[in-house]
Amino acid sequence: MVHAFLIHTLHTRSGDEAGLCRVLYSRVFGSERLDQLAEEPVPRDLEKERLGRKEQILAVARQVDSACKLLHQTSGRPASDFLIQLPDEPISLQDAPAGVFRLPPGDPFCENKTVLWLGVLSLGFALVCDPHENLMLAENTLRLMVKCLLEHLKLLSQGSDVVLKADKTEIILSKFLPHGQLLFLNDQFVQVLEKELSACLSK
Amino acid sequence: MFTAGAESLLRQAREIQDEELRKFSSRITSLLQNNDLGNETIDCLQRLFLIVSVTKYGRKLDSKFVELLQTVMCLPRCPQQVQVLCAAILREMSPCSSLTLSCDEIQDAKLLSLVSSVLLAQGNKKAEVSAVGQRVVKVLEGRLPEGQSSRHLLPLLSKIISLSPASLTEDQTNLVNKRMVDWLRYASVQQGVAQPSGGFFSSPRTRQPGPITEVDGAVSTDFFTVLSIGQCYTEDQWLNVQTFSMLREWLQSYGSDGANSPHSDDKSEVDGSVMSMVSATSTSSRLLPPKERLREKAFEYCQRLIEQSNRRALKKPDGDLQKACLIEAITIMDIICRQDSSYVYRTLSCLKILHGRISGDLAYARALLPIAQFFLNHSETAAVDSEAIYKHLFTRIPAQLFHSPVLAFEFIQFCRDNVRFCTENLSIFRQSFPNLFKLLAWNSPALISEFVDLLPALLGADTAIEILHLLLDLPCLAAALDIQLRSASTPISERAAWDPAAKPASCLEAFRHPLYRSMFQYLLRVEAAPRDSPERLVPLRQLLASMADCPRVVQAADTVPVLLHLFFSVVVEFADGPLVNQLVLVLLERSEQLYEIPAFKADVHRVLSSQLVLLCKRHPSLVVELSKELLEFAGTIGNIRNKEDIFTYVVWAIGEYMSLACDERCTVEQINKVFEVLEAMLFEMVPLRPSASIPTCSPRVITVLMAMLTKLATRSQDLIPRMSLFLSKMRAFFQSPAMISVYSEDSEEILARATELMNLLKMPSVAQFVLTPSVEVASPRFHRDTNVSLPLAMKMATRLLERGTGFVPG
Repeated sequence: MVHAFLIHTLHTRSGDEAGLCRVLYSRVFGSERLDQLAEEPVPRDLEKERLGRKEQILAVARQVDSACKLLHQTSGRPASDFLIQLPDEPISLQDAPAGVFRLPPGDPFCENKTVLWLGVLSLGFALVCDPHENLMLAENTLRLMVKCLLEHLKLLSQGSDVVLKADKTEIILSKFLPHGQLLFLNDQFVQVLEKELSACLSK
Repeated sequence: MFTAGAESLLRQAREIQDEELRKFSSRITSLLQNNDLGNETIDCLQRLFLIVSVTKYGRKLDSKFVELLQTVMCLPRCPQQVQVLCAAILREMSPCSSLTLSCDEIQDAKLLSLVSSVLLAQGNKKAEVSAVGQRVVKVLEGRLPEGQSSRHLLPLLSKIISLSPASLTEDQTNLVNKRMVDWLRYASVQQGVAQPSGGFFSSPRTRQPGPITEVDGAVSTDFFTVLSIGQCYTEDQWLNVQTFSMLREWLQSYGSDGANSPHSDDKSEVDGSVMSMVSATSTSSRLLPPKERLREKAFEYCQRLIEQSNRRALKKPDGDLQKACLIEAITIMDIICRQDSSYVYRTLSCLKILHGRISGDLAYARALLPIAQFFLNHSETAAVDSEAIYKHLFTRIPAQLFHSPVLAFEFIQFCRDNVRFCTENLSIFRQSFPNLFKLLAWNSPALISEFVDLLPALLGADTAIEILHLLLDLPCLAAALDIQLRSASTPISERAAWDPAAKPASCLEAFRHPLYRSMFQYLLRVEAAPRDSPERLVPLRQLLASMADCPRVVQAADTVPVLLHLFFSVVVEFADGPLVNQLVLVLLERSEQLYEIPAFKADVHRVLSSQLVLLCKRHPSLVVELSKELLEFAGTIGNIRNKEDIFTYVVWAIGEYMSLACDERCTVEQINKVFEVLEAMLFEMVPLRPSASIPTCSPRVITVLMAMLTKLATRSQDLIPRMSLFLSKMRAFFQSPAMISVYSEDSEEILARATELMNLLKMPSVAQFVLTPSVEVASPRFHRDTNVSLPLAMKMATRLLERGTGFVPG
């Protein structure tokens, strides 16, 4: 199962060193803390729990950012290569930088997690999976979702953003990653879902 | 993408004040209360979501407002966008104490799914997980109203059991087991009927749906699976896909017999005498309890998937799915066999055939890992020899697919997960460390922390020396792998014909050049080769130096110091005398032969010199045993400049451990000889005769040499007058204006040290005590030693008795 999905900024140019990594959207499926309490919890504890969750996601985003930077270094292509995109050219996710790493228990999640990430121009997309998840399926799902997000949120057009489009993002997530469940969808199923999606989102 | 506009939006959202937020919320309240759920409301809700989610610290929303959001979300004809945004806002606020949502009365599957996502985000403080679980099962049990689909509920169920398997009772799991059997095995094999698009020209008679097909277009002749293709799908076919997607999690949580033991990773512990080779056949399966029946059907489904993965998919995404299905099917079969060992024989034969089919196909390499895991878990119980499978895995896969980051990651995870089994039972694991290092060399940032866990398992008395050499050559390995890849992608026609006598013009040419080919082959070997000598790599290292600024090579070089440190800390625990000697020799030899990256060399020298200290402390006698080599090293003037760290520590080691106390074989002649060599070195560095040039070297080297020479002198007392004379000359020299100008403040320190040592030498026995203390004195424990502690105790007693009450303050 997938524990969380996030979209964040990537800094691929060395000039962006000063810029912070910003989490633009995050969805955590379910909660890590599952202790049943006898009495009413103090508001401050609830705040702390929320804060902890936000910080965990930020930690993941930062790690993906640095992993992406290191990968860019090794590719040897100038960083500017990754930032120019002609408007009508369909983006090929085959060459998009991608990777995987493990988060040991306690750092930052309570248990072991595996992070699968994909970078498209200046945005990073990451899946935080449970250990021993089917990574092949997770990779396929991530690519599929990123393609849908790029298309329906029109992220490649000039001046378009991922913020203020949370409803579309949520609907796309609910189709392809409902409650964090990875689905074994063959191409026809995907097409049916995409048709349903276009119908929903065009309203 | 991420524009400046977005950046400023985020900043505004972060900086919005509580008062403004209150006004905004009341605006939304009025819109919602007027049942205005149009574009303006949606826009406002989107902004509210941004405000609530953008800050780390939570925003306070009025509890009445929260209630309103909950009500609107549950309205029967609420537009999907509004519903989704309300749910998202409520989730962002979680855990929230003012939430009054409950799933108890909800009949609508879609709404239940949405409401549950908010409830699950609360963290189970009020047993939300269990409540949702109960509701979901209840809805699944009953008949859903027209137009609704259970397919929104299965992922929710899957989430619940992954969070807390104990939320469902046995009756409930049995019910779900029964349903899952139906969905998995008995889904329709006809294509679904497309919803008529309506319109004036559409024919009222819809076309008869055809049968489903396989991924290669052939008509399907067996039951429906995730690899079955149709133009349009029926409800039960959807449920088939969802059921398979959650099957692994379900079986792990509820499939095992006895008390709930979710996610147990133990190898199957089966009493061999109960092994049955004949598993339940289909005809009698109806008599099986639901759990066992599900197991049976799941097994059949997996077998069918394995068979379906043999077909050539017409579309690439289907091909990718085939691989994912294969991996999942093997993993599920592994779980089934752990729960019921009667399936083991059937699975073994099936997987052996599968392995034969895919072992030559690199595209399916990732499926080899779960196959190997299966054999690892079950071959013992089945007494089957799986050596060939492990050998193929360890020798072929890393060598051919090191450049695939996800495969490299999964491979290393496999090693880590099974490290105990691999070290105890698989000799091929330790022997294939060169292959494992290839994965690290290519993917260093991602895999370094995994390797820190794995390296200790690879180290043994038989592999230590070779691993040390390979570790020091990690950047070379990265460079060689790069050349190997580039060479493989250059077409044969482009590869220039070489003249064997001429030197290769580039690294790429050198790869095929007869002079260098065997060196490349040695570096890129797949198994340990202890008899080969790493010295043959010297020309190759020089050739590859041209790639020193290649980022991948630099990244590989960065991981070496930390691994070296780990290496020595592990090896020193089990190394015996001869091995330690070998290690020191390698250390001395390789300090010269390192890959040409200045920062890399400096770091490695630093680590090696500190490790030398460690080795000497463990085995002090190594200094005497290796005195010849150490002296040769210390006597080479070039070493002072190039390898100052190591030189300093070698000299220190000689001075410290070349004594009778450390090794009985130490003779006075040896000490005299060592003294002469070191004295000559000091002469070189500090020319006491006037000369045109004054060479400079680090003051630390000078002081260390002085101190060590003095130590040696105290052990062979004939040398004392010679040393005293030398020291007085040193003093005079360092008081001269020329030296002061060169060494500035350091010359004072050197002077002070020289004076100290001189004074010590005036009292030989004291000097010996100070400079070469015996073990008991070197680590004093005055309070334990009865002789030493008696005076102290008496003193203390006297004071107490004499002073009386006045001794205790206050």
